[in-house]
Amino acid sequence: MPEIKDLVKGLAEAHGRTRESLIPILQGVIAHENYISDEAMTEIARELDISAAQVYGTATFYSFLDTQPRGKYVIRVCKTITCAMKGKSLIIQELEDLLKIKLGETTPNRKFSLLETNCLGWCHKGPAMLINDEAYTELTPEKVREIINEYIRK
Amino acid sequence: MAKNINLKIDGITVSVPEGTTILEAARQLNIQIPTLCYHEDLCIAGNCRVCVVELKGARTLPASCAMPAAEGMDVLTNTLKVRTARKHIIELLLSEHNAQCTTCYKNGKCELQNLASEYKISNGETFIDLVPSKNYQIDAYSPSIIKDDSKCIRCQRCVRTCEELQHVSALGVAYKGDKMKISTFFENPMFEVVCTNCGQCVNRCPTGALIERNYIDQVWDAIYDENTHVVVQTAPAVRVALGEDLGVDTGEIVTGKMVTALKRLGFNSVLDTDFTADLTIIEEGNELLTRLKRALVDKDPNVRLPMATSCSPGWIKFIEHTYPEYLDNLSTCKSPQQMFGALAKTYYAQKRNIDPAKIVSVSIMPCTAKKFEADRPEMRSSGFKDVDFVLTTRELAVMIKQAGLDFAKLPESDYDSIMGQSTGAAVIFGATGGVMEAALRTAYEVVTGREVPFDGLNITAVRGMDGVREAAITIDGTKPEWNFLEGVTLKTVVAHGLVNAKKVMDSVRDGKADYHFIEIMACPGGCLGGGGQPVPTNKEIREKRAKAIYQEDTGKSIRKSHENPEVVGIYAEFLKEPLGHKSHELLHTHYKARQRY
Amino acid sequence: MSYTQLKRVDLIFDTEATTKDILQTAWSKTNEQIVNELLESGLKGRGGAGFPTAMKWKFTSEQPEKERFVICNADEGEPGTFKDREILFKVPQKVFGGMAVCAKVIGATQGFVYLRGEYRFLLKELQKQLDDFHGILKDLGINFSISIVMGSGAYICGEESALFESMEGKRGEPRNKPPYPTIAGFRSKPTVINNVETLVYAFMITKHGAKKFKDLGTADSRGSKVFSISGDTPKAGIYELELGMTVEQFVEEFGDGDTKAVQVGGASGFCVPRKKFKDTIIGFEGVPTGGSMMLFNSSRSMYNVLHNYLEFFEEESCGQCTPCRVGCQQLMKGIEAVKKGKKHAAYLEQLMKLSQTMKITAKCGLGQSVANSFSSIVENFKEEMIY
Ligand SMILES: Cc1cc2nc3c(=O)[nH]c(=O)nc-3n(C[C@H](O)[C@H](O)[C@H](O)COP(=O)(O)O)c2cc1C
Ligand code: SF4
Ligand code: SF4
Ligand code: SF4
Ligand code: SF4
Ligand code: FES
Ligand code: FES
Repeated sequence: MPEIKDLVKGLAEAHGRTRESLIPILQGVIAHENYISDEAMTEIARELDISAAQVYGTATFYSFLDTQPRGKYVIRVCKTITCAMKGKSLIIQELEDLLKIKLGETTPNRKFSLLETNCLGWCHKGPAMLINDEAYTELTPEKVREIINEYIRK
Repeated sequence: MAKNINLKIDGITVSVPEGTTILEAARQLNIQIPTLCYHEDLCIAGNCRVCVVELKGARTLPASCAMPAAEGMDVLTNTLKVRTARKHIIELLLSEHNAQCTTCYKNGKCELQNLASEYKISNGETFIDLVPSKNYQIDAYSPSIIKDDSKCIRCQRCVRTCEELQHVSALGVAYKGDKMKISTFFENPMFEVVCTNCGQCVNRCPTGALIERNYIDQVWDAIYDENTHVVVQTAPAVRVALGEDLGVDTGEIVTGKMVTALKRLGFNSVLDTDFTADLTIIEEGNELLTRLKRALVDKDPNVRLPMATSCSPGWIKFIEHTYPEYLDNLSTCKSPQQMFGALAKTYYAQKRNIDPAKIVSVSIMPCTAKKFEADRPEMRSSGFKDVDFVLTTRELAVMIKQAGLDFAKLPESDYDSIMGQSTGAAVIFGATGGVMEAALRTAYEVVTGREVPFDGLNITAVRGMDGVREAAITIDGTKPEWNFLEGVTLKTVVAHGLVNAKKVMDSVRDGKADYHFIEIMACPGGCLGGGGQPVPTNKEIREKRAKAIYQEDTGKSIRKSHENPEVVGIYAEFLKEPLGHKSHELLHTHYKARQRY
Repeated sequence: MSYTQLKRVDLIFDTEATTKDILQTAWSKTNEQIVNELLESGLKGRGGAGFPTAMKWKFTSEQPEKERFVICNADEGEPGTFKDREILFKVPQKVFGGMAVCAKVIGATQGFVYLRGEYRFLLKELQKQLDDFHGILKDLGINFSISIVMGSGAYICGEESALFESMEGKRGEPRNKPPYPTIAGFRSKPTVINNVETLVYAFMITKHGAKKFKDLGTADSRGSKVFSISGDTPKAGIYELELGMTVEQFVEEFGDGDTKAVQVGGASGFCVPRKKFKDTIIGFEGVPTGGSMMLFNSSRSMYNVLHNYLEFFEEESCGQCTPCRVGCQQLMKGIEAVKKGKKHAAYLEQLMKLSQTMKITAKCGLGQSVANSFSSIVENFKEEMIY
């Protein structure tokens, strides 16, 4: 995959080739590819002159550094206490119905992935979710429908 | 000078140098604190927490392995609080653990089992069994190593070993929380990744999570099979360590007992890898001299120097993955094990008039990588699999116990012939620097007609345990045919542990070193510290084994490979000349570039 | 019974003085003066552990190693805490200002903000503010610069040594202590790491002097604090309040009239049941908090609450040490088993003991603090755990 090679090379040039740049590079791959493939990890290991197992071990530690294929829009719904109290289950139900996928899955057109995550720091406005970097709060099933329709149109 | 620190442990005052941990200080007082993640050879992890102690005035129980002693500390190692905590921790480990000790390869040799036994953990008390909820995997694809995650206590000793000692990092830690596990890249089988099969991780794993693939039953089957002729070879480092697993003191040489034991086990012929170690010296020494001649006299630009030794299969796999552009620098000599295997089913078969198809060739090695090596497709030059089964020192100890032999009380006996005779030069192959020393003893004499100019043939500059050791020897008074070497200073370097191999190779690659000859052993201390050696192996034990090896060398009547009568004999009758046609066919090999990623 | 309204304070979000003014004030003082003022003010860290800020800066400034760093911990991941996000959104320059003052005291030229991945949407504006801030520093001739480092979704990276590991490109596994960050932190150099809020207070104390801060609060808990209030409350949000109130006073103002418990300090904090509201002070002398206050009314199952916390810890533990990695799984599976009747209620006692072992043997604050919520909830709401 020459594109991955170029992408990683570019990132390594931008961030430097030390161990400290590993996470910024992994984040850079996510920004472009939505997930980090084994090819990408291999390239990163090569660029930084570290072992591939170390890249894998580091990536899998961080929940935002997905190593499974993900859709263009990754939806992460907070499942922690206050969001749970304020009805995150309804939100997930609504998303599953809308996207016709289950939690943890990606739509066949690779547009959306639906995941749960821990506290997002919007507890006073739960339920909350992220779609990629964007935060959405005080969610209701209706609001979710509007938001998702917006993304479907994108 | 380091400052001294005074502290109290269980009421006893002790004075230790600054930087000493509580654990080390307690050991000075002969107070044993249990440990799991701690290993003398590795950096401190402090993750298992079984070594906790009570420190007066502290809110928590610090891990004694990770806590430096400080002035005035008042430490208690055996209080109710400490006991309860340790017991909880052991119970927790067991609750994540597929504890089926009776059918576990590590049964009787397991640090977790020992602790559970010491703390009398019984079923009734333990927490909920978490094993059914885990998706534990067993990786049994490698010919050398089996990795069973259900036996792993996540102490990370293997990870630290592979990184700190070997600079391979084939194993890493992946995921977090309850999913945290020890993993290769993308959880691929160890067979498919950069793992060198050195077994250093196996040697340090406290449980049955990383074990050698054992071939004990296959070897018994061969022994019992009346239609086979089973020959066994024993590597140099086995004889100085085997005893440790069989109730003999560390550092005692057990060559004679081992030979008796092997005969009693029923091997048809008990022979010595040391014989082919001597042969290696002849072949490799000549190869080096040839390369030097081509470089110095013929000015051949294609000749690759420095030349590197090739008897450590862990090192071979490492260079194949990491420095594939340097494969031509490797000596083409097979390892002594494989030379032996090839000769067993040719030379030996002919001389003894045995159908090579009926020969089963077994080797006893301090090494797990040798299992992989024997499986390499290149290692069939006799027309058969040259070495059928490789057993580690530990596996041999198991067989000896199974046979009901009281090893310590066995009489001594001599190796069979042919291919059973050896020299002191071959014995020292088992220690880091040994190949170099043996090669120099022979090469110098070939070139000058005189013995190496060192007291008692002991080339102390290449001995010792420093990771990288350089030595130079100036050649003068050459024989006429070698006069191109007159006045040449032969630059050599010895490294052991792949982390040190990397240092040497980097300096070669970066043009910072102009060595002629490099000796590299994958394992710390050389083969005597091999991955297949008895557990524990640590600095102190390696030093004792090394001492034994050099003692064995000094005690030998012949100490130079080229003087081994059987070696002289095989050239006269069979091989004809070093690097000759037959040698090339049977004793030399080639290497394969592999992916690092 | 009636209470006076809790005292609202406006130190954090007040923008009366410009960053430049405050920096100039700071640079007109000696380092000793700044440290003494901080010491006098009684400011303790707002990230949870409550270490006196002045001492941290002082220790670091005294190290023989001259390369030093200041790091702002913006990994805010404790459930129920969201004040750092608001501070970074509203007054980022004051955070940078606090870092600059710290850098002056400890002699650092480089600082970092470690921002949690969940707050990436703040990055663009934050970077812009930072560029402006660097402009101000340049005008004043101050040699100091800050970079923003992004986290990637791991609560444990808020623990200071895990944060350093993460910044060094590794898994966020907490280190052994000692050595402490003041001696060997980021890149093993002496490092001050402070919470976002701590840095703003330090900055404001440099501006106002110690008195304004010290006059607030109690002997053990000086000053004010930004609270993140959520759960069953009509007034969820962010409030800067004087320290020293009781939970009862707090509930009087923020409860919904039916409050049965307040979780003080997030999932790693303590659960205070109604019967203890009156006698419990919110602060270092009572229940400490990094600012998270979660209210639960009588419609809530405390079993569900505890289960949710334990699930959080089980996933967010770095997994390296036994008591925390396995302990969290056992506590969670254990309460499930009791609830389902698969284990006798007495098993809760065994779990309580286990949680106490975790508290004293875990390698870092995460594993050590699981017992806080566990024992306070199990002790006070035992029936809810069983039936
Ligand atoms: C599991 C865990 C998570 C933590 N998370 C944070 C955090 O998100 N933000 C923070 O400022 N401190 C956090 N801390 C505390 C830090 O380790 C450290 O004490 C703090 O950043 C010091 O700053 P302060 O002195 O200003 O409070 C956490 C500690 C632990 C054990
Ligand atoms: S690894 Fe040890 S404790 Fe586990 S089953 Fe094997 S012998 Fe028993
Ligand atoms: S495989 Fe062995 S050495 Fe490695 S972490 Fe597991 S138990 Fe420890
Ligand atoms: S056998 Fe050697 S190279 Fe392979 S994982 Fe173990 S230590 Fe690493
Ligand atoms: S207590 Fe938990 S988070 Fe902390 S080091 Fe241990 S496993 Fe990791
Ligand atoms: S609990 Fe959902 S954002 Fe905090
Ligand atoms: S031996 Fe000390 S923590 Fe493992």
